[in-house]
Amino acid sequence: MAIVLDRSHRWRVVAAHVFLACLCALVIFPFLIVISISLRPGNFATGSIIPQTISLEHWRFALGLPFQDANGRLIEPDLPVLRWLWNSVKVATLSALICLFLSTTAAYAFARMKFRGKKQALTGLMLMQMFPSVLALVAIYAIFDRIGNAFPAFGIDTHWALLLAYSGGIALHIWTIKGYYDTIPYEIEEAAKVDGATPWQAFRLVLLPMAVPILMVVFLLAFIGAIIEYPVASILLKRQDLLTMAVGSKMFLYEQKYLWGDFAAAAILSGLPITIVFMLAQKWMISGLTAGGIKG
Amino acid sequence: MPTAATPTTAARWAGPALLALVIAAALYLVVVVYATGELLLAGTLLVICTLAVWIYSARSTYAFRYLFPGIAAALVFVVFPMLYTITIGFSNYSSRNLLEFPRAEAYFLSETFRAEGSTFEFSLHPAGDEFRGRLVDAETQKTFQFGPLALAATRVLEVTAEEEPSGAAALPVPVTLKDLIGHQKALQGLTVKLPSGVKVRMAGLREFATVQPLWVKQADGSLKNQENGNVIKPNRESGFFETAAGEKIQPGFQVPIGWDNYRRIFTEQRFREPFVRIFAWTVLFSGLTVLFATSLGMLLAVLLNWDALSFKGTYRMLLFLPYAVPGFISILVFKGLFNQNVGEINLILSSLFGIKPQWFSDPLLAKTMLLIVNTWLGFPYMMVICMGLIKAIPADLYEASAVAGAGPLTNFWSITLPLILKPLTPLLISSFAFNFNNFVLISLLTGGRPDFLDTTVPAGTTDLLVSYTYRIAFQDSGQNYGLAAAISTVIFLMVAVVSLVQMRFTKVVEDEKR
Repeated sequence: MAIVLDRSHRWRVVAAHVFLACLCALVIFPFLIVISISLRPGNFATGSIIPQTISLEHWRFALGLPFQDANGRLIEPDLPVLRWLWNSVKVATLSALICLFLSTTAAYAFARMKFRGKKQALTGLMLMQMFPSVLALVAIYAIFDRIGNAFPAFGIDTHWALLLAYSGGIALHIWTIKGYYDTIPYEIEEAAKVDGATPWQAFRLVLLPMAVPILMVVFLLAFIGAIIEYPVASILLKRQDLLTMAVGSKMFLYEQKYLWGDFAAAAILSGLPITIVFMLAQKWMISGLTAGGIKG
Repeated sequence: MPTAATPTTAARWAGPALLALVIAAALYLVVVVYATGELLLAGTLLVICTLAVWIYSARSTYAFRYLFPGIAAALVFVVFPMLYTITIGFSNYSSRNLLEFPRAEAYFLSETFRAEGSTFEFSLHPAGDEFRGRLVDAETQKTFQFGPLALAATRVLEVTAEEEPSGAAALPVPVTLKDLIGHQKALQGLTVKLPSGVKVRMAGLREFATVQPLWVKQADGSLKNQENGNVIKPNRESGFFETAAGEKIQPGFQVPIGWDNYRRIFTEQRFREPFVRIFAWTVLFSGLTVLFATSLGMLLAVLLNWDALSFKGTYRMLLFLPYAVPGFISILVFKGLFNQNVGEINLILSSLFGIKPQWFSDPLLAKTMLLIVNTWLGFPYMMVICMGLIKAIPADLYEASAVAGAGPLTNFWSITLPLILKPLTPLLISSFAFNFNNFVLISLLTGGRPDFLDTTVPAGTTDLLVSYTYRIAFQDSGQNYGLAAAISTVIFLMVAVVSLVQMRFTKVVEDEKR
């Protein structure tokens, strides 16, 4: 684009750089502080950003190893951070697999089959995901309380309850996968059917291998969604060793018991892998996320 | 549909056999659930299993074989809870009226009192993995033994005790008090029948005695107290068993109470006042968040689309970071940073300006903090969306305006903004709806505090409607699930209205694309 540059142009570029640099600093500031706090002794915000003395006590706490405190006493970490992380990963992986299974099959029917009420069902799914589950917390609690009376393994305070509760949130995934199936030409499956494949074989052996990229994206979306889910997990899980990271992290910052440094180490330990996965996958994910809102 | 090759005999029978097996298992499951008294659950299971069997056996429902698992999960765990929320909103379900009527009645019928008769000293002795109980009559010193019992499950059990033969080998040392307390539940379900025919039950940790049920059900549904002859009747209006004088006996049970919860929210002063204030703040919070996040995001998008600027990739990646970090972590990080006494932000502010703002105890500052944090969390999303939209604007528009001598400000106000505002509107509305229910932020950062000082019902100045609901249901103020569900229903309606508006806008945008 050939345009005449006036004199103020250079100043505007410099001003933009200064503004962006300041904003980046504001964005980075909390993360730098967290790294710094996780490495310096004590749980209070004293000292400079670059720690004078490096102490690994908070990391030992996060990893569940005993450490020596300022008074020379041996402290056993009382919050099972690794356990929470494991719970989170376990629940999120299983829930992502369940969501994937449920949504790929349903999306196949929506994309390739004719049946009555198809359009209404699709609109219904769209409507459904506008109402966040946080509005139905009371009912979810009551339902799992009742299920627990009949099947204790699926009641309050079990991971199965959480998995069941998450398994319903597939409306958006169905839409995403259906959109991808729609871009794959139907003729390929048609050819397979002419050769004698049943619809299930056409789906399983022809369509599914071609849809692997979108399946990865949906798996990641469901995985991250389950890892960061807080409201449902906070009412369904009570026992400390069953909590997920999202619920457990809250335990660090009570007024009476303020474990700022330990929290910092735990936050990096759990947040870094998720952030890296998210950054790597964001290219594909942005398009799938446009239906959501501002993230919280 | 082309038919597959002729199946072998084994394959032909495998289908029906599997079907029969599934039906049998499902029926067994339903009966088991029915036996525990969970009628609703049993009914739901029955419907699901029937549908499943029909769909997977009939030919005409082929498409539904693929749909069923997903749709069923969505219906049971997303749609049903919402409908159930609305139902709960019309009931008095709360910590005072927690049980359903049959369970409340069963609770009364399981209460016991100690009748006249002898008492027995009780001790529990380990016997391998199991336990033996030993009873010594307090008056005659006659000794009885029962067991061995596993004491693993809590259930009603009747066992017979035998007299301890004189000179028998002594039982091992009794279990400690701690272990005894651990088995207390299982022991309480135990009725021990002595050789004389007298039945005794646990009356204390180390005591068995003749006990009888306290309440006996009468023909008209009322319960009669065996100890003092009082009669209590279930009152289906109030949800309590009541004496003739109208005294309510705990525990209550759930009954439908019509519009009472809604009447309380909208007409009773002590509920209406916090509701109105919280509603106002909820709208303000979501509106301002959308405004701030979008303004900042749009500004950055415009800057990052500027050809003259270098390092765009780096800026973009750094500025995207708040979106990539899990929300619960960044919110808690801010909770620590904003801490009034030991937080880094106040440390910096006090060393620079000598001030220490009370972020968590001053309502206005708490609200400001929430908006700052939420803008920080929300602008990257808006930035990415706006960047995509700006890229789609044809470059010749800007060339024409450059020829006309327009500056960057004119470009923004008369080309960029008008062109991206329309496709952006549906996203702005959904972002508003999301923040309207931004429970995670409030719950993790302020928990709704600081509370209003002048309301009788606990309510916070920074509470959104959802977090207020959560409070009523799961925290202080007596776990009033019914009231919470009623407020949730009101929020449902609001979200529905917002969604309708949003769909209209989306439709306008899509129609114009065509």
